[in-house]
Amino acid sequence: MPDATTPALRVEGMRKRFGRLEVLKGVSATAEVGDVISILGSSGSGKSTFLRCINLLETPDEGTVTVAGEMIKMRKKRDGTAEPADGRQVERIRSELGMVFQSFNLWSHLTVLENLIEAPVHVQKRPRAECVEEARALLQKVGIADKADYYPSQMSGGQQQRAAIARALAMKPKVMLFDEPTSALDPELVGEVLRVMRALAEEGRTMLVVTHEMSFARDVSSRVMFLHQGMVEAEGTPAELFGKDCTSERFRQFISGQAQKA
Amino acid sequence: MDFAFLTDTFLRLMAALPLTLEVWALSVAFGALIGMGVTWMRVGGVRWLERAARAYVFVFRGSPLLVQLFVIYYGLSSFPAVRASVFWPLLRDPFYCAVLSLALCTAAYQSEIFRGALATLPFGQLEAAKACGMSRWTLFSRIVFPIALRQALPAYSTEVISMTKATALVSLVTLWDMMSVATKIRNDTAIVYEPLLIAGAIYFVVNVVIARAFMALEHRLTPHLRARTA
Repeated sequence: MPDATTPALRVEGMRKRFGRLEVLKGVSATAEVGDVISILGSSGSGKSTFLRCINLLETPDEGTVTVAGEMIKMRKKRDGTAEPADGRQVERIRSELGMVFQSFNLWSHLTVLENLIEAPVHVQKRPRAECVEEARALLQKVGIADKADYYPSQMSGGQQQRAAIARALAMKPKVMLFDEPTSALDPELVGEVLRVMRALAEEGRTMLVVTHEMSFARDVSSRVMFLHQGMVEAEGTPAELFGKDCTSERFRQFISGQAQKA
Repeated sequence: MDFAFLTDTFLRLMAALPLTLEVWALSVAFGALIGMGVTWMRVGGVRWLERAARAYVFVFRGSPLLVQLFVIYYGLSSFPAVRASVFWPLLRDPFYCAVLSLALCTAAYQSEIFRGALATLPFGQLEAAKACGMSRWTLFSRIVFPIALRQALPAYSTEVISMTKATALVSLVTLWDMMSVATKIRNDTAIVYEPLLIAGAIYFVVNVVIARAFMALEHRLTPHLRARTA
């Protein structure tokens, strides 16, 4: 049974191959309740694939994912790759993991409010009135209460991403997964999204954030993971990794490269 | 101008309009059901079903509707097995034969429209739905179908409109639709233009109404594609 010491999320030995290219070569990670883990890495390091394997948008070939003590049941297929053994379980666990995408992926035919209540009403089967009330509170929280009846196409990227964060929160997830949430935004819109994410971190949400925002990784996250060629190259608290004592030459090169870009 | 003749022709044609509309509505509706089935076969991921669906579209889209209609009405009855089957009471009736052949034909076109709509579904929005834990059915009914419907509507309305015109062919299997009546008046009176022009005008008005209805539906379903003025 999950108790206070059960990690919110535990991933062990995750491997994923696309054709001949092995993208993940055995990646493990543990997020305690309230952890904010920034996942860094250059393009092609496998960081997005790692995140997408956690909620099985990609199916990992090997390894286990355990959410709040419940392991996702997998089985081997004849060709050696894996597949979920129980589709219902995957659906339930996905509903406990909120996902925020780089390109927002709000449902374009629904208003913002409808986007927020869609899954709570039709997946969690909660009463509509209650969901609407919570959705309005969430929109307030992310600062777009006045946009409830707008369609996604009528809003800026920053507003859409904040709506997408609210949509994920509406499911009351145990863990939030962010897949480069600010990478598709104009520079002047990045701040508003990062502020929302920082507020979530401060209220103790468990978050995994794939990002290129070094300041977020250094100042907001409780742990940092640096992936290189499908493996964990360095891992620790921001102080450990960004401080002088960091033992990974690659990570230091990576952050100096990022600093030059910025 | 012989107004009495024009009025009489108009009224006789209008009396045949219900049959035309009936054939149209039934064939579009059954065509939609069959078309959805064909689309499902096409995209369901089972190799032989996909091939069968392709072959279906190939045959029914590739051959003239008139040939299909004659094959079903005149051709099938030449098989004793068909005459002995439980379907004979339907297949001996030109009305059902007409509906059947029009439905089979439009199903091929409709399934292609549905397939096209599915192919343009925004992948990210489907992933977002999966990531929320939607089951296959919820994903289909709440996200895939509503988005695909909006994508399909413009092409679909064209197909539905072309079907009213296709119903004119059923006059050739002894049905008393508008076209048959127009032909009969023409044969009886040797007056060529008036019956045909009046019939054409009625088809035209019907199609304007259908087109308007689809435009209204499209407008209702796509507020997200219009700029916000408020």
